[in-house]
Amino acid sequence: MDLKEKLISSFLAFEDTVDLDNPVHEVRSAAIKNFEEKGFPSKKEEAWKYTSLNSLQKIDFSIFPKQETALEYKDIKKYFLHEIDTYKIVFVDGVYSSYLSETTHDGVDVCLMSSAFSKPMFQPVIDVYFNKVASKDESLTTLNTAFSREGAYIYIPKNKMPKKPIQILHLATGNEAALMLQPRNLIVAEDNAEVQIIERHQSLTENEVFTNSVTEIFAGKDAIVDYYKVQNDALTASLVDNTYISQKDHSVVRVHTFSFGGKLIRNNLNFYQNGERIDSTLKGVTILGDKQHVDHHTLVNHAQPNCESHQDYKGIFGDSSTGVFNGKIIVDKIAQKTDAFQQNNNILLSDKATINSKPQLEIFADDVKCSHGCTIGQLDDEALFYLRSRGIPKKEATALLMYAFANNVLQSVRIPELKARINKIIANKLGVRVGFDL
Amino acid sequence: MLEIKNLHASVEDKEILKGIDLKVNAGEVHAIMGPNGSGKSTLASVIAGKEEFEVSEGSILLEGEDLEDLAPEERAHKGIFLSFQYPVEIPGVTVTNFMKTAINESRKARGLEEMPANEMLKKIREKSELLEIDRKFLSRSLNEGFSGGEKKRNEIFQMAMMEPKLAILDETDSGLDIDALRIVANGVNKLRNKDNAVVVITHYQRLLEYIVPDYVHVLYNGKIVKSGTKELALELEEKGYDWIKQEATV
Repeated sequence: MDLKEKLISSFLAFEDTVDLDNPVHEVRSAAIKNFEEKGFPSKKEEAWKYTSLNSLQKIDFSIFPKQETALEYKDIKKYFLHEIDTYKIVFVDGVYSSYLSETTHDGVDVCLMSSAFSKPMFQPVIDVYFNKVASKDESLTTLNTAFSREGAYIYIPKNKMPKKPIQILHLATGNEAALMLQPRNLIVAEDNAEVQIIERHQSLTENEVFTNSVTEIFAGKDAIVDYYKVQNDALTASLVDNTYISQKDHSVVRVHTFSFGGKLIRNNLNFYQNGERIDSTLKGVTILGDKQHVDHHTLVNHAQPNCESHQDYKGIFGDSSTGVFNGKIIVDKIAQKTDAFQQNNNILLSDKATINSKPQLEIFADDVKCSHGCTIGQLDDEALFYLRSRGIPKKEATALLMYAFANNVLQSVRIPELKARINKIIANKLGVRVGFDL
Repeated sequence: MLEIKNLHASVEDKEILKGIDLKVNAGEVHAIMGPNGSGKSTLASVIAGKEEFEVSEGSILLEGEDLEDLAPEERAHKGIFLSFQYPVEIPGVTVTNFMKTAINESRKARGLEEMPANEMLKKIREKSELLEIDRKFLSRSLNEGFSGGEKKRNEIFQMAMMEPKLAILDETDSGLDIDALRIVANGVNKLRNKDNAVVVITHYQRLLEYIVPDYVHVLYNGKIVKSGTKELALELEEKGYDWIKQEATV
């Protein structure tokens, strides 16, 4: 039985575990139909030309974890940003761990989708926001919608800001030979609210994990949302991250994606601007080696006048790693005075590494400023010689140049401890110690 | 200090240096002049160990030690410093952090402990004052957005920090206004002592009014075709390079 069939037949078993009278279930039923029709995307589709899910579909993934595995905080501490106090929403093999989490209902709601689905007090929010910006058509998104039951639920009412940043951590313990996870997150920041979120997926063993995640983010008028994705997973962990963002007037949403590890990562990051004077920022640093594969597909839909978007993705590819950047910008006819900027710079460290970079601009308005640039190159020999002539050994000099290359993206990280952590991960990845924090 | 014997170097099979002999003693300043394309910058890069040049013949000795198999960083650890004609911009790495890394890497290579932070700060303060560099400048990204003059001043600041045995200044005067030129030259002169040496590579005589050379060499077509004292630089300034070219052809 292939993975698609297994998922479809598992849906019946899944239905035994959820409240079928809940209106959400109609959404799930419609979604599984769509997935049944479409199946997994194939390389024949333009959007999946460079990323194949074929080998993943041959793996016999468990769809539901059999048992709960207890973890000690000290063993997983390093996957948290533990240097600062944060709220934490932690899932172990897809199951919420209250022991490892720190949630709140103090003025803001930082809790679980399972609660939000089942408790009447959250119903109004679910009615207004759940599955409203996520695609009802894209097959993997609808697959997630069909199985949506658990994930992070974050609701920040008007004019509120949580006391501290929020971390969402998805852990896989490897108690199944192969496990598929489908977390579903909903994040709502009402008018003039502000929130900072860090999300990480982490497999703790060499067993296969395939995560198909959907996150919906809604930013009300003047809201500010900072979302950081840390992807530094095991070489047997694959992730398809589908993130959909809806923004209202004057809101600011910044998504930073740090892709350093994993077997296969596909980031579908979609911004929909539904108001004026909106600022959308999409930034990424990708550093890969081995046979790793990361595919960034971004979409910014400028639907109203006077909005901005800033995209800056840097990629460093070593060994036989492969990267994809596909940046689509749509400027609707009425979206005059749009200012859309897109940049993708890549360094190939080896002859076997590959990057496919493609800007895709569809502009229907006539008074806009859209710029895009894409570079693919090697490390600058002259710069390397300059650093080495100052006594800095080749390896360290190479690392410094990579830092310099990725620096623009790191600069806009607003949590200093996270920035330091990312720098540390980069330094570890490059195997150097440069003697100072950049 | 430095002894170059019959040095031949090429890039992509094109020979650029065609047999250079040069001897620089401690305490001396040598100027290397010559028309564009004569091989001046190549000579500087080859001494500093740039790998794209292939040394096909001859040798470079520093204090009697052959540098042939040494990487650029190892040459730096031995005390060679090259002030670049076009310093490279390194965004996100401040001047201060860059200098800390450079100095500590050199110390590590010499088997020394890292320089204590307070000592480092003191040194940075002292040397930046010497080059009349504003403190704010030191927390900026290395060379990023620096003017031509700021880049060159920063090169000499780095030289002051590294305290090399042999400093090679490659066209340090190009793009400098007269005030910046004076500051840079003054910095170099203050760093001179009986134990180090300076090689000034320049197209013009102007810098040599401030950094007075003991010897002047003229490089033409990959060879040193004439050597003399500082008066030779004046003669070149007055008569240009054509007579040198003619003499060399004859």
